[in-house]
Amino acid sequence: MGAIGLSGFRPELADDLSRYLKNSGAGEERFDVMVKGARCAGCIAKIERGVKAVPGVRDGRLNLSTGKLVVTGRNLRPETILRYVRDLGYDAQPFDAGEMLDAGDREGRFLLRCLAVAGFATVFTMGLTDAIWYGGGDLGGEARRNFFWLAGAVAVPATLYSAQPFFRAAWRSIRAARAGMDVPISLALLLSLGMSIYQTATGGAHTYFDASVMLTFLLLIGRYLDHRLRDRARGAARHLLAMQTLLVRRRAPDGTIQTVPARELEPGDMVMLASGDRAPVNGVLADRGTELDLSLVTGEVLPQAVAQGAVIQAGSVVTGMPVMLRTTARVEDSLIADLARLLEAGQQVRNRYVRLADRAARAYVPGVFILSVLVMAGWLIAGAPLASAVTSAITILIITCPCALGLAVPAVQVVATGRLFRKGVFVKSGDALERLAQVEKVVFDKTGTLTMGNPVLCEGEQIAPEILQRAARLARASRHPLASALAEAAGPGEAAGDVREVAGSGLERGVGANLERLGNADWCGADNPGAVQLWYRRGTEAPVGFCFEDRIRPDAKALVRDLEAKGLLVEMLTGDVPLIAARIAGEAGITDWHAAVRPEQKARHLEALAKSKIRTLMVGDGLNDAAALAMAHVSIAPGTAADISQKAADMILRGGDLMPIAEAITVARKARRLVLENFALALAYNLTAIPLAALGMVTPLIAAATMAGSSLLVTLNALRLMGGGKS
Amino acid sequence: MTGIALLIASALLVGLGALGCLLWALSTGQYDDLEGDAQRILIDPPEDQ
Repeated sequence: MGAIGLSGFRPELADDLSRYLKNSGAGEERFDVMVKGARCAGCIAKIERGVKAVPGVRDGRLNLSTGKLVVTGRNLRPETILRYVRDLGYDAQPFDAGEMLDAGDREGRFLLRCLAVAGFATVFTMGLTDAIWYGGGDLGGEARRNFFWLAGAVAVPATLYSAQPFFRAAWRSIRAARAGMDVPISLALLLSLGMSIYQTATGGAHTYFDASVMLTFLLLIGRYLDHRLRDRARGAARHLLAMQTLLVRRRAPDGTIQTVPARELEPGDMVMLASGDRAPVNGVLADRGTELDLSLVTGEVLPQAVAQGAVIQAGSVVTGMPVMLRTTARVEDSLIADLARLLEAGQQVRNRYVRLADRAARAYVPGVFILSVLVMAGWLIAGAPLASAVTSAITILIITCPCALGLAVPAVQVVATGRLFRKGVFVKSGDALERLAQVEKVVFDKTGTLTMGNPVLCEGEQIAPEILQRAARLARASRHPLASALAEAAGPGEAAGDVREVAGSGLERGVGANLERLGNADWCGADNPGAVQLWYRRGTEAPVGFCFEDRIRPDAKALVRDLEAKGLLVEMLTGDVPLIAARIAGEAGITDWHAAVRPEQKARHLEALAKSKIRTLMVGDGLNDAAALAMAHVSIAPGTAADISQKAADMILRGGDLMPIAEAITVARKARRLVLENFALALAYNLTAIPLAALGMVTPLIAAATMAGSSLLVTLNALRLMGGGKS
Repeated sequence: MTGIALLIASALLVGLGALGCLLWALSTGQYDDLEGDAQRILIDPPEDQ
């Protein structure tokens, strides 16, 4: 749907944005801007230097990871700063202060601190205890005991501090009566520390101080990777939110115009919509008729004329005359009620999916506990003293601690999402990859997904270049999609200055014999319009027609062929008329297609597929696809999609290409295989270690070595996903 | 034995020092934008003339 669909109202120089300024102390002000599109060193340099050139600005610093630009200085003019950044070619919006304090950031920092403490303690404790295991014979009992006490003095507080994330999660899952990996992890850590203190105090030979900190360290790596992944997804969501903090011009009863966030609108407010603006809420045209681009609402590409008093839905874009909208609903009530309900239902479907790691935990955790109880019972029956029976049971818990399991999934997912990111697919959550790997059928939307989503002049070579150029001079003065398409076809050139826009009809300039008109058939006096949508006429000459069509994306056909080669079923659903749908489906090589499908029918279709146990990938971009995207097993939206569709989708394509979809499926399938391999590796390690532990033959040295070894193995296995995929 | 005690004590000090440095770097936001910092080294300083 191009730039029009994505952009809301753009705050201009005249708008007052001072409410976004914050006091940063020392008489300075601070203005946070969300910048979209910055990816490289060049962008940083360009934006920061550009912003510093704005009067009043002392410093500007862009965070490339989050896209947040912090500008500080005195007497800042937010609108000037925004305009500067936009003039440099980046989309920019004021960053909402309400979202500043972000729990995710703080949690990430806390995890890193834990990781640092655990890492330090691991190295230090190992240095002490390894000396005992290797050269233990030379050390006297007293020296050994001192070494243990020293190791414990570092390991116990370090473990208690840095394993907090696991303790908290374990407590949460105990209270919710759920089996999670965190319960056996926490128990193993506490038990091994307790047993080590007991052993040291009684002069025993085996302590697990080093094993417990190392365990914490390795598990924290997995936890941190997982957090980074989720935080990046959250960051993208936040980014989207900030970019769509829609600002509107509201006319107060006294006639003054204020710039306010759309969510502050109340029913009955008057909102000014200029050409190119999107209606933020449902409303009624108050002052006159105009033309609307309804592509986000219905999927229809061509603008439609509407009269004064017409009811307008949120998401419609004004392409004709500026109008005044009397709002009839608040932002949250402005989505079609059905759509909102369907979106919610879809989210519930999504929540029912159980991640692979959780499924593994459900089977694993009870098994481990039963095993250690059995081992203890076995030793007691065999006549062993209670102390050694308990020791064996604890050893089982320590040795089976799902360390490698904790790394198995996040390691693979981090590598997979990183690879997909470079290919232009943004994955919003780790389990989306798991779901993508299971897909059996792919359902495409047509307009804006398989096609470019904007009209292109067809049979342009049959029109005399001279006429095309003259028509383009008129067309360049308008933002109407057809006029833009005409100007695009004519190539660069100058726009006529004296163009008058006539609502519902078209453009004109000049008078008498020099009167030039560009617009609909009636207005230009064309008798037999047929399927031709735009006409040009000069004076009394015969009108010339321009016809437009929506072009298919160049790689759509290759993608469909690739998906079918992967054994997937391909289907196309569109709200468009059968004639056009048939043409596009034919060009893309899709045999299974349905035309004239309404938005709620799309969602219902996806629901029916889910009921018949067909796991479906939905690819769509319009507001009318949002419910279907949410309802599908997994969904992908192009980067040009409507905000709400990007929010509903699991993955977002960054460029205009479709081929990354095939790549995403390939990577998802590989990732799933690697995760399962990793589970098998971790399990194999545990299966060999358990009998040794049950027999009381596992020394702390073996425990530590196998633990680190299996984690390393699992990580290396995950890295295999990095290579390959040369294309 | 005194040698070992000294070594262990100094190892502990050095380790804690490194840990302190890392925690300080974390709290001053040096890990907030790893991607941006990696790119920034490519920016040429403005030419002063």
